Amino acid sequence: MKLAYWMYAGPAHIGTLRVASSFKNVHAIMHAPLGDDYFNVMRSMLERERDFTPVTTSIVDRHVLARGSQEKVVENITRKDKEEVPDLILLTPTCTSSILQEDLQNFVNRAAMESKSDVLLADVNHYRVNELQAADRTLEQIVRFYIEKAKKQNNLSVTKTVKPSVNILGMFTLGFHNQHDCRELKVLLNQLGISVNEVIPEGGSVLNLKNLPQAWFNIVPYREVGLMTAVYLEKEFQMPYIDTTPMGIVQTETFIRKVADVLNQIDKNNFYDFDQYIDEQTAYVSQAAWFARSIDCQNLTNKKAVVFGDATHAVAMTKILVREMGIRVACAGTYCQHDADWFREQVWGFCDEVLITDDHTQVGDMIARIEPSAIFGTQMERHVGKRLDIPCGVISAPVHIQNFPLGYRPFLGYEGTNQIADLVYNSFTLGMEDHLLEIFGGHDSKEVITKALSTDSELNWTVEATSELNKIPGFVRGKVKRNTEKFARQNNINTISIDVMYAAKESAGA
Amino acid sequence: MQPTLGDSLKNETLKFECETGNYHTFCPISCVSWLYQKIEDSFFLVIGTKTCGYFLQNALGVMIFAEPRYAMAELEEADISAQLNDYKELKRLCLQIKRDRNPSVIVWIGTCTTEIIKMDLEGMAPRLESEIGIPIVVARANGLDYAFTQGEDTVLAAMACRCPEIGENITNSVETDTHFPTAASTNNVNVLDSRVSQPVTQKIVSQTSKSTSLSSSKRTQAPLVLFGSLPSTVVNVLTLELNKQGIIVDGWLPSQRYTDLPALGENVYVCGVNPFLSRTAMTLMRRKKCKLINAPFPIGPDGTRAWIEKICNVLGVTPTGLEERETKIWQSLENYLSLVKGKSVFFMGDNLLELSLARFLTRCGMVVYECGVPYLDKRYQASEIALLEKTCLDQNVPMPRIVEKPDNYYQVQRIRELQPDLVITGMALSNPLEARGITTKWSVEFTFAQIHGFANSKDVLELVTRPLRRNMMQSTSTKTLVK
Repeated sequence: MKLAYWMYAGPAHIGTLRVASSFKNVHAIMHAPLGDDYFNVMRSMLERERDFTPVTTSIVDRHVLARGSQEKVVENITRKDKEEVPDLILLTPTCTSSILQEDLQNFVNRAAMESKSDVLLADVNHYRVNELQAADRTLEQIVRFYIEKAKKQNNLSVTKTVKPSVNILGMFTLGFHNQHDCRELKVLLNQLGISVNEVIPEGGSVLNLKNLPQAWFNIVPYREVGLMTAVYLEKEFQMPYIDTTPMGIVQTETFIRKVADVLNQIDKNNFYDFDQYIDEQTAYVSQAAWFARSIDCQNLTNKKAVVFGDATHAVAMTKILVREMGIRVACAGTYCQHDADWFREQVWGFCDEVLITDDHTQVGDMIARIEPSAIFGTQMERHVGKRLDIPCGVISAPVHIQNFPLGYRPFLGYEGTNQIADLVYNSFTLGMEDHLLEIFGGHDSKEVITKALSTDSELNWTVEATSELNKIPGFVRGKVKRNTEKFARQNNINTISIDVMYAAKESAGA
Repeated sequence: MQPTLGDSLKNETLKFECETGNYHTFCPISCVSWLYQKIEDSFFLVIGTKTCGYFLQNALGVMIFAEPRYAMAELEEADISAQLNDYKELKRLCLQIKRDRNPSVIVWIGTCTTEIIKMDLEGMAPRLESEIGIPIVVARANGLDYAFTQGEDTVLAAMACRCPEIGENITNSVETDTHFPTAASTNNVNVLDSRVSQPVTQKIVSQTSKSTSLSSSKRTQAPLVLFGSLPSTVVNVLTLELNKQGIIVDGWLPSQRYTDLPALGENVYVCGVNPFLSRTAMTLMRRKKCKLINAPFPIGPDGTRAWIEKICNVLGVTPTGLEERETKIWQSLENYLSLVKGKSVFFMGDNLLELSLARFLTRCGMVVYECGVPYLDKRYQASEIALLEKTCLDQNVPMPRIVEKPDNYYQVQRIRELQPDLVITGMALSNPLEARGITTKWSVEFTFAQIHGFANSKDVLELVTRPLRRNMMQSTSTKTLVK
């Protein structure tokens, strides 16, 4: 048993439901007790979805507990088949069905005989995988099913398109800025002269999955979901895939160069060279490179930041902060524990330390200890930042409704670099403001707020020291206070006078 | 919109139906969100899986970040396959909670998983309780058996068993006579020490002392305990309302602190303030031998009046000034009433407040087409059902169709046919219905808003009319946004 009240990645069935409801005309039926359909609320509220979420529940109640689901699941599947006429019905197990150990596959087989739609049982185990892993697996499962079905029916189209084309794997409902990223990727590919064959699962149709092999290659923008599918398609049809996330100027360039490599390998008759495109985009479309050179960004040099999120976004963000903006990343971390090795390898050399955990208190303590000037993390880190008075830019799921902006906010591609630059810059205290505050000692005279997370104070501040403390600009005041108190405690000083403050400052070397 | 039906309605009674139970609602463990705030010295431990945790984390939103006094005991594979010892695991976590928070009570919330693996929480609790020295209350608030607000019902039913026993001859002896009101006043003062603004505090203290003096001189009224978790301001308002009739409220279940649970026993009258508390009522009657006052619930001015009248009636007090009070409240609602009059409403049903709200809205001049409800205890809600029937007759409108365990899919078909002016529904269906040109109000808000008593009637109508007012201000909302 584990004591917890916050988790970064949700339970497995959420991943499965995200895949199901991203596809068009796919209906998911959860085998779950009453109240487990909270996914519908999230989709309807966060995504402000206009359509009914295609998820219903075959409810597990006392009767089911006593006698088994028996006809219930089959009835629910055939009922949905008639009501909604979906292409695919996906039976989704939950933590409850994991322990009931009913033969759900058997229900699926029986229901498949009676219904017009295809019926599948999502192959996910609640106790073994989390939301992201489950989504990855379910996507692969569905793709595999339809490829094999097409093979059997002999209508699999393996002929490549005449012009270069690509499948985008892993765009999702409830994904962090996925819709904007998808649009940005399409623009990018279009400008490279590459057409998009299929985007799955968001907005895709399972009936079109048989067309996947027509594309020249696959791209997997986010590491968490889509890789399994890409690997399967590579094995089955020798389709190459690119799993570099085009986030930040350098990574976008790497991504485009990889695209060129793949195209040149496939098409020997043409030579694909995107160097000029990269130069133009970097110089004129993306403002991020120029921004990094501008004097405003100088003030960010060597400022301390902490990065935490899913593997894709945390890695990309760490690299952007260090390579493109000259910011020091004191700690980079991820909650994708299943992908820890890859993460470590990627951020090696870019940060002082690495934190792999899904325990939010560990992340909070790390932030309190490091006291960065800014945090780039999930909604949880945003709240830690609020409490410690440290600004935070949200770069990864888990997310709230404000991470589903109406305006165009991609994180990928060249427009993405602009968005990220804004996010980073606005998270740190603005350069000139910072400078002026330092010179004039701040202009607010608010009372000092004690920070609950790091220190509990039994130390006395003299009146002079308190007024001196109040002269320090608000946004660093808490830090100075904590440092001084730390110093006092280390030296067994009970009363903090001005002398002690300066002694502390000296010992901190700041 | 409002059909004028003649005498044919006179003989009509409410019709009850039951559907498939395929409806959207919150998991009953959501009750921790308001109960941990209500019972200040408690800690709620939800023993369940990631699924439960994910629900709480998302449903409670911002509250998560405020160091809540609740946590998940997240079951892992080793717990399910009994490789770990439940008792030892729970002991470890409870000791950690004791060390970090030192609560006066730990409430274990059993979930679907603990039911299925048959974890003997009720058996373990007393043993662990004596070992760690903190009371452990077990409530099985799971989605296998209950919906949303029924979670509170299971917690309060479990807590009722922890209430101290009242002395045998309390109403007779002089000594206990004085003892009792004092207990009541301490209770009130405790309720007061938080969040109530100064003038109100003054008023209540004077009220309490008045009732104390009133009762200590000659107490004839049997002890009365009210049950149902309400914000402390609403507790004060309802207590005062009864005080005005000369009735002393001897305690509330739950109290503001676990250590102040009210005394219960054979001569104690109890009355519920919410429609979803049938198990608690049952427990109070059967286990604690209390006498239940079956009344409509104090929602809306009509409900509040009926509630007070019923209590007065049972306790042998003649109510005074209630009619004028109700009339006055109705008059103050005039602006809202003109908005809702003649409009139709459809309750999809998810929090068990539906019947009381339907009754109030009918009295406001609305027509209720359908009243979905997760579960209906016809005995516990008897007075409310009777009042709903009477209200429909008085208003000369057809009786709503009451659908227990509704099926959301069928309901949406009916909504399409009926095109009601307002659908009260959960958040999963609100946006899709709005996109189809159907005006909705989230039902969850009724659970968290203050809706009890005379003065809060305005708040109910504020909620109900908000989408209607928005429609009047926006021209686009009448258009369907989905093809």
